[in-house]
Amino acid sequence: MSVGEQALSTGPGIPLSLRGPAPVRVVAGFGFWLFLLSDIILFAALFATYSVLSGSTAGGPTAAELFDKKHVFLETMCLLASSVTCGLGSLAVQRTDTRAVYFWMGVTFLLGATFLTLEGREFAGMVAAGAGPSHSAFLSAFFTLVGTHGLHVSLGLVWLVIMLLQVTTLGFQPMVGRRFFAFGLFWHALDIVWIGVFTIVYLGAK
Amino acid sequence: MLGRLSWSAIPFDQPIVMGTGAVLGLVLFTVFLLVTLKGAWPYLWREWITTVDHKRIGVMYMILGLVMLVRGFSDAIMMRTQLALAAGHAQGYLPPEHYDQIFSAHGTIMIFFVAMPFVVGLMNFAVPLQLGVRDVAFPKLNSVSFWLTASGVLLVNLSLFVGEFARTGWLAYPPLSELAYSPGVGVDYYLWSLQLSGMGTLLTGINLTTTILKIRAPGMGYSRMPIFCWTSLASNLLIVAAFPVLTATFAMLLLDRYCGFHFFTNELGGNPMMYVNLIWIWGHPEVYILILPAFGVFSEVVATFSRKPLFGYRSMVLATMAICVLSFMVWLHHFFTMGAGADVNGFFGIMTMIIAVPTGVKVFNWLFTLYGGRIQYTVPIYWAIGFIVTFVIGGMTGVLMAIPPADFVLHNSLFLIAHFHNVAIGGVVFGAMAGYTYWFPKAFGFKLNERLGKAIFWCWFIGFYLAFMPLYALGLMGATRRMQHYSDTHWQPLMLVALAGAVVILLGIALTAVQLAVSIRQRHVQSDRTGDPWNGRTLEWSVPSPPPPWNFTHMPNVERTDAYWYMKEKGVASTSPAGFAEMHLPRNSPVGIFLAFFAVILGFALIWRIDWLAAVGLIGAVVVMLREAWKTDLEVRVPAEEVAAFVRANPTRVPGTSGGSFDRKDVTSGEGS
Amino acid sequence: MDSQLQAQGAAPGVDARDRHGARSYLIGLLFAVPLTIASFWAATTSFVYAPAVPVLLAALAIAQMGVHVAFFLHISSAPDQTNNLLALAFGVFVTGLIVFGSMMIMTHLNHNMMSMDELMKMQR
Repeated sequence: MSVGEQALSTGPGIPLSLRGPAPVRVVAGFGFWLFLLSDIILFAALFATYSVLSGSTAGGPTAAELFDKKHVFLETMCLLASSVTCGLGSLAVQRTDTRAVYFWMGVTFLLGATFLTLEGREFAGMVAAGAGPSHSAFLSAFFTLVGTHGLHVSLGLVWLVIMLLQVTTLGFQPMVGRRFFAFGLFWHALDIVWIGVFTIVYLGAK
Repeated sequence: MLGRLSWSAIPFDQPIVMGTGAVLGLVLFTVFLLVTLKGAWPYLWREWITTVDHKRIGVMYMILGLVMLVRGFSDAIMMRTQLALAAGHAQGYLPPEHYDQIFSAHGTIMIFFVAMPFVVGLMNFAVPLQLGVRDVAFPKLNSVSFWLTASGVLLVNLSLFVGEFARTGWLAYPPLSELAYSPGVGVDYYLWSLQLSGMGTLLTGINLTTTILKIRAPGMGYSRMPIFCWTSLASNLLIVAAFPVLTATFAMLLLDRYCGFHFFTNELGGNPMMYVNLIWIWGHPEVYILILPAFGVFSEVVATFSRKPLFGYRSMVLATMAICVLSFMVWLHHFFTMGAGADVNGFFGIMTMIIAVPTGVKVFNWLFTLYGGRIQYTVPIYWAIGFIVTFVIGGMTGVLMAIPPADFVLHNSLFLIAHFHNVAIGGVVFGAMAGYTYWFPKAFGFKLNERLGKAIFWCWFIGFYLAFMPLYALGLMGATRRMQHYSDTHWQPLMLVALAGAVVILLGIALTAVQLAVSIRQRHVQSDRTGDPWNGRTLEWSVPSPPPPWNFTHMPNVERTDAYWYMKEKGVASTSPAGFAEMHLPRNSPVGIFLAFFAVILGFALIWRIDWLAAVGLIGAVVVMLREAWKTDLEVRVPAEEVAAFVRANPTRVPGTSGGSFDRKDVTSGEGS
Repeated sequence: MDSQLQAQGAAPGVDARDRHGARSYLIGLLFAVPLTIASFWAATTSFVYAPAVPVLLAALAIAQMGVHVAFFLHISSAPDQTNNLLALAFGVFVTGLIVFGSMMIMTHLNHNMMSMDELMKMQR
């Protein structure tokens, strides 16, 4: 076997880094993973700002006064469940099982929408009570951090709808499969960020 | 209907601006006219505007950088002239409101729209070629990145003629940049153009990191990658990690300005110091994003023109990755004087001194490569040697200021200005010029004029020292930065010397344009017919100049570092391997320019608070993305006969490579995500 | 097995070898729910020594993030996951620096420097 053929083979013993360019699926998946890490760093900046400004209530309402833990627990369970259903939906995509995809991704959508509704109600309530984001640095930081997460969830739901349309019109092409892949990564990462949010913002409220 | 936009936004009362606008308008009109008369629009659209080829995109970045260099440098000449005049009671010719915009634009343009495009352009062009592969991981995304950067450029330039620019310096610290103290559109122009181009840069970071980690020729393990690829990897990892912080920080400032939030305001609990902290968490890695690829260029240049392998490959790699990690641990040295106290200042001061160590390792490696080599004194080597001398001086003044007590005297003085120009010009600009000269023949098939190249170097080198050594002295004498006039007339002679230096650099820039024209005229004399004009060591020299769209007809098998040099030594494959495969290439796409078009509309509308126009921009961008999502015809096939014909017409020094061709379908098919 | 590994490693998330299938997600759920409940309990109970509560919350949060990473994203120490793991480690490192670095720096700054409210009052 020539050196060239050896290097190109995927036989045992050849280190992964020597086997030439990765398949498209791996390339796309890793690229999206890097994007997600960059997004997590964006959240890190927002978390840092929240941590620094959480005490700057300017005489207005504080975190402990505003947050309802039961409400947050419900939101958390919705998002966690949606992560599991999303995973089951991803498996259905792999099996190219259209009906299971619609079912599991549909449930994911509903759970995500429930999360957003609950959060929207919380925000509206705070604004109505005079605790909107322009009232203190703490409130600005809170609305921005939690709001950015909510914005990501909203965009995720829009993306999910687009993906369901794509699978309906284009079928299970590799391109569509890769995009579902990426959506799954995105959705799980959002739940990971939420763990940070509910721990630091809601449970850490003094 | 038009938000805050009205006829009064156009500065009819400023002759300099109106004059510039008239000239620029004339130039643009002439260019458009010529292109139309020559019927070149279809060619431009097909071959450049909608290209997804990393080589073409790299070239476009370089052009963008060179054009913006002219604007950024005009700002510099205006500043130097003002300071040469405004001593004692004299007020110079630029009132403070204008001077403030000029130094803010100068810094913003030079960092974001000159240095970044140069560095990104060189990485875009060279990395896939050095890795032995066809293109970057996400070619269409690459086009989007370029056009988003260009949209940022357009907005910044628009601020000159419609409205105003920020008066806050290049980093727009609050509370000055808050609505209460900057109620105009200047800061908004700054923020939105940088948000757009920042998005483009982040996508480039993702693109190139994925390319370097996942798409390399077979046999090219990490320890066989060229050093330029290692430094590009480190730089792009930093982009992925740092730019989101910039996006978040600017978003918070935008929320303060647009929605009445209180992150950094003076009232209701805002903390402007947090902005300074966050912006430098981005800002320090940013300077390493700029310098690491320059280091990589010099590693390639020094090895090639010493005709020796680079000394200490492994220590170079370790030093590069150490700099990558350490660059995130020093940022407070930009605000020692803000008041964090001795403990914190001490920690960051020591970290800053530590980060100088791996850089020192690199300098020694370059010196040891040169030592004992048979050096060819080409233009790139001039830049390299000039860099080693100049950058070391700049680095040393940096380590000096890393000592907090010293920094308390020197912070925001002209000493600081001299330091960062020292490392930015001596490092980034010299590296960009070296890379430009070094890879120009690969991109275009002919070399740049050598004599003019050396003249350009001497202009920059002498001009730099004349312009900035006086500033070190002035800083020690108490002169501060961003100063529109000064009362101590003893400073004036030094300011005049600095102006002289700027004029010498201006000559260098002018000669760059001349060199391009002359080289194009002489291109048949200076042509590169072998693809290897410098007797290079790395894989980009194994393909014809310019390379075909698919780069490598047969993907090389890599057996060690300096893969091409080894191939030449072994005299690999004197006969081409049997047969040519059909090439699959990604189809060109207008998604980049369409997205950028709507991005400009969105940005402009947000700046002037024109809500309906912003909606148009947003919806347009979404529609473009949705249309793209449904495209399935994403490939172009080049028939084997065409490939064969190209190879026959373009012989290289080492024809073909050993080993089989790979299944291109794997890498190229269906790149639609 | 080795020859089934992709060149340059596998992508994170569900990949071709879904040998765990649905099990992975259900196990993840099984761990995540108690961890969540424990977090909410820890924040409201007086059972735990009060100054230790933040540490406990942090530990529970990190554990649950780990569960997500391992069971939902399938990132492990397998040889084809090295790139993914290193990228994650770098991201976590930078996140830590940003959050804890900022908190430390701002605490020191706020301690030493007059707040904007007081500064503004001095202006009048």
